[in-house]
Amino acid sequence: MIQALAFYVMAAVTVLAALAVVGARNPVHSVLFLITAFFSAAGLFVLLGAEFLAMLLVVVYVGAVAVLFLFVVMMLDIDFAKLKAGFAQYLPIGGLVGGILATEMILVALAVGREGAAAKNALPDANAGGASNIEAIGQVLYTDYSYFFEAAGLILLVAMIGAIVLTLRHKPHVKRQDIGAQVARTPKKGMEVVQIKPGSGVEL
Amino acid sequence: MTAFLLQYLPIVIFLGVAVAIGLVFMVGALVVAPSAPDAEKLSAYECGFPAFEDSRMKFDVRFYLVSILFIIFDLEVAFLFPWAVTLMKMPHGAQIFAFTSMMVFLADLTLGYVYVWKKGALEWE
Repeated sequence: MIQALAFYVMAAVTVLAALAVVGARNPVHSVLFLITAFFSAAGLFVLLGAEFLAMLLVVVYVGAVAVLFLFVVMMLDIDFAKLKAGFAQYLPIGGLVGGILATEMILVALAVGREGAAAKNALPDANAGGASNIEAIGQVLYTDYSYFFEAAGLILLVAMIGAIVLTLRHKPHVKRQDIGAQVARTPKKGMEVVQIKPGSGVEL
Repeated sequence: MTAFLLQYLPIVIFLGVAVAIGLVFMVGALVVAPSAPDAEKLSAYECGFPAFEDSRMKFDVRFYLVSILFIIFDLEVAFLFPWAVTLMKMPHGAQIFAFTSMMVFLADLTLGYVYVWKKGALEWE
């Protein structure tokens, strides 16, 4: 009973926050609503018994992805007049994509309504056999699914290199610390005694 | 399932208390505090002057780079949690396999880390 109530409250908050993400006029508010949506989605995961995923959602999405989105929003020049002009221009293609997605979701919902969600392939209990959720994941992730695990590592590596290739620009003429060179510097290297003849300049 | 969810009761109570206290202060301020708004109270005064332009400006793209590197290493740590919990409970053969697969994963990311370091992406000029 309370479980059902909690589900409906959190599902409603998720959907409303998602709508507010799209509808908010200020992009920073959109990101904050997105954080609300992430939190209530984490609550839904807890209701399913998937504790580890819920905590991961909070740590990774709220802690890192939302910060990234905030930086992206602040990096863009926000011009509301331009945004408004784009709205009509992007309406057809946006409507098309949204329509396709909505059709797919309705088809899936109809199929689930007819066949039952997990009737044939029952939803595995996330905490089966007394093992906690994180143990259940750990038992299979590094052995049975090690290819996917290594693929995840490679994707992270590609993301790291891609981010650097795309965004790293070193300004020329910036003096950086080079600790090795600084420590190895001696008076002999740093100073030079020059004998200057009267009336002539010196070339260094 | 219910016993499992009951473990989360303290968090729900905590959230409830947090919301209640937040609401009490907001409503209390609305009810108790004196309010006499005036446009002059918010305007620039004496040697102040109205702002010339929007105070918003573009952030440097380097913030984005730091943030994306943070996400990547955050995910790396997230993968370590289930491994740390289950490794010692596995049968011996699976244990060695799981250990090796994690070491390969860490080697991938260490390779990336060395690249990041050598490129100077962690330096703030």
